[in-house]
Formats: sequence, C-alpha cells, structure tokens
Amino acid sequence: MTSIAKPPVSHPSARVNALGLTLRDYEGGMSTLCAGCGHDSVTAAIVQATWELALPPHRAAKMSGIGCSSKTTAYFMKQSHGFNSVHGRMPSVTSGAAAANRALTYIGVSGDGDSLSIGLGQLSHAIRRNVNMLYVLENNGVYGLTKGQFSASADIGSTSKKGEANEQAPIDPVLLALTLGATFVARSFSGDKRQLVPILKAGLAHNGFAIVDVISPCVTFNDHEGSTKSYAYTRAHEREEVHADFVPLTRAITMEEAASGVSEVPLHLGASVRLHATSSDYDPTSRASAYAHVAACHARGELATGLLFVDESSRDMHLLMHTVEAPLVDLPFEQLCPGRAALDALMDEYR
Amino acid sequence: MSGINDFAFKMGTVNGTGSASANGLLMQAIFRMGIPVTGKNLFPSNIQGLPTWYEIRVSKDGYTARPADVDLVVAINPASYAKDIATVRAGGVVLYDNSAPLDPTLHRNDVTFLGVPFGRMCNEAFVKDRDRTLLRNMMYAGTLCALLALDMAIPEQMLAEKFGKKPKVLEANIKAIRLGHDYAREHFACPLPFHLERMQATDNAILMDGNTAVALGALYAGATVGAWYPITPATGVMEQFKALCEQYRVDPATGLHRYAIMQAEDELAAAGIVIGAGWAGARAFTNTSGPGISLMQEFIGLAYYTDIPAVFVDVQRCGPATGMPTRTQQADLLSLAYASHGDTKHPILFPANPHECFSMTVQAFDLAERFQTPIFVASDLDIGMNDWMVPRLEWDDAYRPDRGKVLDAEELAQLPRFSRYRDVDGDGIAARTLPGVGAKGAYFVRGSGHDQHAAYTEESAPYQEVVDRLARKFAHAAEAVPQPAFHLQDDADIGIVCLGSGDAAVREAADMLREQGIGVNVMRIRGFPFGAAVRAFLDAHERIFVVEQNRDAQLRALLAVELGVPRDAMTPILDYAGLPLTAATVVDGVTHHLVGATA
Repeated sequence: MTSIAKPPVSHPSARVNALGLTLRDYEGGMSTLCAGCGHDSVTAAIVQATWELALPPHRAAKMSGIGCSSKTTAYFMKQSHGFNSVHGRMPSVTSGAAAANRALTYIGVSGDGDSLSIGLGQLSHAIRRNVNMLYVLENNGVYGLTKGQFSASADIGSTSKKGEANEQAPIDPVLLALTLGATFVARSFSGDKRQLVPILKAGLAHNGFAIVDVISPCVTFNDHEGSTKSYAYTRAHEREEVHADFVPLTRAITMEEAASGVSEVPLHLGASVRLHATSSDYDPTSRASAYAHVAACHARGELATGLLFVDESSRDMHLLMHTVEAPLVDLPFEQLCPGRAALDALMDEYR
Repeated sequence: MSGINDFAFKMGTVNGTGSASANGLLMQAIFRMGIPVTGKNLFPSNIQGLPTWYEIRVSKDGYTARPADVDLVVAINPASYAKDIATVRAGGVVLYDNSAPLDPTLHRNDVTFLGVPFGRMCNEAFVKDRDRTLLRNMMYAGTLCALLALDMAIPEQMLAEKFGKKPKVLEANIKAIRLGHDYAREHFACPLPFHLERMQATDNAILMDGNTAVALGALYAGATVGAWYPITPATGVMEQFKALCEQYRVDPATGLHRYAIMQAEDELAAAGIVIGAGWAGARAFTNTSGPGISLMQEFIGLAYYTDIPAVFVDVQRCGPATGMPTRTQQADLLSLAYASHGDTKHPILFPANPHECFSMTVQAFDLAERFQTPIFVASDLDIGMNDWMVPRLEWDDAYRPDRGKVLDAEELAQLPRFSRYRDVDGDGIAARTLPGVGAKGAYFVRGSGHDQHAAYTEESAPYQEVVDRLARKFAHAAEAVPQPAFHLQDDADIGIVCLGSGDAAVREAADMLREQGIGVNVMRIRGFPFGAAVRAFLDAHERIFVVEQNRDAQLRALLAVELGVPRDAMTPILDYAGLPLTAATVVDGVTHHLVGATA
C-alpha cells in the first residue's frame, strides 16, 4: 500500500476564501481509513475550519504521533509541512518546533491511545508548557490499527466487539486537561460538524494550548451495541451546554447578534468566540464550573460537549520562556555568537 | 614522581561541608604559580554526609592523568581514615586532625603523621556552627600552603576576588587559612621535600571543566534550543549554557531571550524537543548520560530515518542501569554507535578534554546540519565535571554555521519538483526545506516507510533506496568527523589505540614505556565512523593494544565490525572501575602482555 494523491480537480465556480483558495486547496492525500471512520469527518472539519479562517497553508505545520488518528494529518493541507513522529511523542516534537519557529500555526492530531496511554505524560506536560497549538484528540475508545484492544478512554462496562467488558476506569481528557491548567478545553463529536468547525477555528485562534476531544467512532472495532463510543450512543448521550461561534477579526459585531444569553470571549489577534449558553448558569470562563459540569454529565451518563472552558489571560510557552518576538530560526548568527573578543575576555575568568 | 613540582596529594573529607571550595582554591592557586596541575573530584552520589575525595596532581612535565598513588593525604573525615591512610605511598605524609586521638590500629610506620588540631582551632576561633564546619577546610588549605610552599599571597588574593563584597566572610576565611598556615610553620619543618616552585608553564592555559566547554561550544555555534532532563554528570552542560545565554543572549532593548532552554518531563521529551526544533530549522541539542541515551533510542532512530539534524551530548557515567552515577566510564560506545532499533548508525565525536569539548561541540552542530542526522558528542564524567588545564579557547570570527543543504523559496521556485529524499549530488545527502518556506517545499516527515519523495511506501525497492542512501551518507561522514590524533615515536612497532579522556594517561604511559625500552605509537580516535587513517594505523602495527574504560572492549568491537580487522589481533586493556585512567594501568597492561607473550 502506497500513498494515493488526489487528482487536482477544482470546479471553476468553487468558492474561494480571503486568500483566493478553494476548499480543495486545504485537502490532502486520499484517506486510507475505513469507510465511515469518524476521523475522516474530523479531517473534513479541519479542512473547513482552516479554509474559512484563510490560514495560509504553508504557514501551518501538521503534527501527529502514531495510530489511525495520527495518519490523518496526511489527509488535509497538502501544502503544509507535516510531521508524523513517534507514538505518543507528538507534543514534545511540537514543543521543539514551536520553540524554534513561533510564527507557524501548529495543528496536532492525536488519538486516545497516542494521548492517554503511551503519550499521557507528553500531553500533560505540553498542557503545562502551554504550547501554542491546536490539539485534536480523535477519541474512539479503541486501538484500531492493532485490531480492537480497549484504550484508556474506554468506559467501564463498554464492550469490545467480541463482547468483553472493560473494567478499568477511563481517563477523560477533558477532566484531565482542566485539572492540569489547560487554557482552552472543548469536546465535540465527529458527527456534529456544525459544532466542531467553530470550535476548531476558536482553538486555532487561541493563544496557547487548545485541546479538543472529539468523539470519533471506529466503525470497524467500536461501533456496535454495548460500546459507549459508537455513533448511536454518542448521538443519544451528547449534551451541548454551550454552542460556540467563531468571530473573525474583520467582522463587526452587530447589536442583533449580541443578544441575551450570548457571551463573547476575545481570542488572540482580535478574533473572538461567541458562546450561546443553552442553560443560564454555565460559565465557560470558570475552570471549577467547567469541571463540575463535565463530571456531573458523566455521572448522569451524558457526554458534555461544546467549548467547555477558555482562559485567554493565560501566558503561552513563549511568554513563559521570555523568548524574543522574532522566531529563533530567523535570528541572524551575529545575534547568537558573542564573538572572539568576548571569548578572550571570558578566558581570563578561567585562570 | 615525588619531587619539586612533581607530586600528588589528596583530601579525604565529608561531602556537603564546603571542602570543594578549599580544594578548588588550592588547585587554582598552584595553577597561578605557573605550575601544571590537575584536580579530580571523586565524590559520592549524595547531597551531604558521605566521604568524598579530591586529588591534586602537580606535574612540571605537564602530565595530567590521574596519579597512581599520592604523596600526601589530608585525612579530615574519620569515616574514611583507614582507606585514606592506606593510599599514601611509602615515605609519604598523612596530615590529619588530631583534635581527637587517632585510632592506634591505623598507624603506619612507613609514613609520616602530621597532626593539626583543625577542629579544636576552629571551635576556638569561630562561633557559628556553620563557620566551624566550613572554615576547617580553609584551615587545612593554609597548612598545605605552608607544607608545600604555596605562596600565601595567591590564595589570599583569590579569596579577596571571591568575597570582596562580603568583608566579614573574607576576614573569616583569611583568618582560617592563616591559622592553618601558621600552625604548620610553628610545628613542622616546612616545606616538605616535595613542594612547589614557581614556573611559567600556565600562561596560555585555563582551568575549565568539559561541561562548561560544551556549553560554550553550543553558545558559539549558535544553538538556540536546548532541551534536557537533569542527570549527573551532564547537568552542568545546560546549567552553564543557561548562565552563558543570560550573559550573552538577552536582547538589551527588551530583556527577551534569544534562546529557549526547556527542562523536559523526561529524556524522551528532551529528544523530541530537539528533533522538532531541528526540523524547524534551529540548532538544537540535549545533554544527557547513559540512562538518558537508553530512553532516547526511539527518537534517535526517527531522526536518523527522517534526516533531521540533532546534537546529543552524552556525558558518560559508570555502569548499566543506575550504575555508579558519580563515577566515570567509556561504556556507551556501542549504544551510541548503533542507537535505536532497525538498521541505524550514527557519527560520534570523542573529545579528550575540555578544549576539544568546545571545538567538537561547534563541529557537531555543523555536521548535524550538513549530514542531517543525529550527531553524538561522547564526553565523560572525568572530562565533564573536573577542571582541566587546557590551552585558552579561541574563536575565529570568520566562522559561519554550515547549515547544509537547505532550499529557500527562490531555490525552490527554480525546481520542477521538490523531492525531500532524492540524492541529487551522490553524497547521500538530500536537500531539505524548513516549514513555512512555501507550498512547493512542503513535505511530510514520517517514521514509517517512505520513498525518495517522502511519500508513504510499503514497497521494497523505494524503501531500500532510502536506507541505502542513509548508508552512503554515513560512509561519507567518515572523513568529515574529527580525524585521529597521533603520538608517534621512531621505530615503534607497537600501536596503542585509545579515545576520549584516556588520552592523558596513554601518552604518559608511552613515555614511561619508552624509558623501559618499549617504543609505542599512540592513535587517539576522535570520531566515528572511522576514516582511512584509522585503518592505516592498525595495518601498520604488528601488535595493537586498545585501551578503553569499559568491560566489554567496545571500541575494539567497533574497530573489528566496522573495519574488518580481526578482533583477536587487537589486545584490549580495560579499566572499568569507574575512576579516571592512570598511566600505570596502561603500562601494566602492555608489559604484562608482552611478558606473557615472550614467556
């Protein structure tokens, strides 16, 4: 099996974004995932979100680890550099790339095995570091490429295709991220593009680590009755508390739109996210209430979705490291090497 | 040994009690008298309370290897009295604290015992407990100044430089060193037969540890990203790099940093950060030791297979597993050379001293970018953490980083198509692009099977094409890594091969063997893969000894595997006890074998 390039076909009447690019310009290679895989819908949502944002493709970098989810970075934005690294270690590679070149937009795609088992430590520390990136966790509760083992996000009692029930407690990436101080925490469903696309756009605009847990069913190994990560189960148990609209920098906000029940959170570079609360007492800027809401939903057997928490006052990795504004890769050598005279003077201190 | 400017002495103290300052002061003072000097800190993996030693060797001939025995021991720690007293050569001196009587069973008739009531004098002279502990060290330093004829003006000047802003501390230190000095002058015949006399042999030298020199190399090479996880004995590299960056890399206008130092959650992440940064175009490095190298294996293979530059500094320590973290060895050779699963091999640079740590670190960044691959700098604890007397470091302002083949937007525009892994020049090195350069330069890094266009493949031929190119690239590195250093004599037919910190002991051993009528030529390996010069030296000598500090003769194994020289044609001389190599070990190894061969 080798990779398949999509034929570069574009209809002349296709809509273009602010860069004059069509949706097709944000696509990548042909997916080799199973027909109906939730991940392909997430890929489509990423294509839609980046196209709508008019993100210059060559200024983005696609980062991933290993697994079905991690393969998907090859299926969007073919004009971007991509890095399919080692299992569970995409966060550190992205941390290094972002340290070197802060001017790029980093889009990380991972899965529940990649993020919550082998890569749990790396995910946690990327959150602590507050790396400026979008981190999409395509969560299906199962190891697909190795044919159906439970992952660490599998719920207690959820059954495998062969009927075996999982007995270990799940790791919820949303609760984990909230606990670790993540500054943008959302959950969505691959089958709900209306909800997912604005969340991805807001996450891309967020200045810091934006984690989006996307329930993305595995049609081959975990879409049966008894699974709590199936399409049917997720549709039946999803509970969206807050719906997010992404407001780009250039669009003025009208009075009509700023209606009651709507709150607005400014994002990086002047954009903002508008939150439609479907219940009156939810505050997505409060970490404590976000945690309580997600935990309460879980206790009721519901899945809390939406943009659950956002903190735009946080300091991202570069602010924490006090690095210069210019990307480190752009600094001229003269600004990095102290030169001969400085070394000569320094040598006198070693006598 | 044992004469004017030719002797060794050793302090046996308790770690965490401030003795390192006094010992360092003594060594530096001798250096400032213009006399070649070496100091070796033999310390425990512990914060406070265990025995620790510091050995100082004075050598008018410039020998810097660890001495085989010592002429004088300062026995300050009752817990190590027995061991310390036993190490003095016959006819030597034991300087001890006689505040309490010495256990009569420790007495030796063949050495001179000089008792000084350091503890009692400290208690009388100082009030605070902390002072009484710390200043006892300065007191024995003063006694040694008298016994060894060290010009007191020098340590007193150094104390003034160190404590100039703290007059009370300075005053207490001066008081202590003079008390120790004056007691010796009043009670003993000073100086001892072996003592110091001024020389002019250190004018163009410095005292520096290898970790600092590596940090300076990274600074001067223009490294901007350093990622690491703390580990003895490599920690000093990044701590010094941080201190240097704070001095030289802060934007004066904004106070912002022209560097990123990231203390990662573990060595795996440190390697990932370095590889991510290298891919993005920064000069990036990590510092670690053996256990960290074990943890980084998977990432090393990824960088190798995807042609990403990265610099790994391995300050080797002793043993498998945790081993002896504060002891030295050269036991990571095989795990570096073939790090990671699958077919992998990596260039390694072997500095022998801090001077080479500086130059080879700079070179490592050039090689990493030129060859687009991980480069290892294999230092060790002896080089990294001890102060060595080396020539002053120099810098050529004409130096510019070798960034290797990196296509910019204009060069990309002229290409019909960019193929990331296509070997255009026949040297195994394909041009790369940096993320952000433009859509035409975009490619997908993948650790999975890929073809010359960086596209996924499970086909045999395109897979083999890529790994065959990597093998060609590695072969080309043989003449680009540092070439061996030779120490040759006329008509010698014995060859000794060594590497790294073994250099000083082996060259001293060569001189000792010559006095016994045994001529040897020395080749010090400085880089891997081995170039033609290495093979030529092995072929030119009937008898080859390979001196290294590990149990399994790892350098010999590499020579045999990579050059095809029969393994049994090379005789190993192995020292894996964890302490810096001595010339005596090498001499004994050679003569023992020669006697055995003629018997």
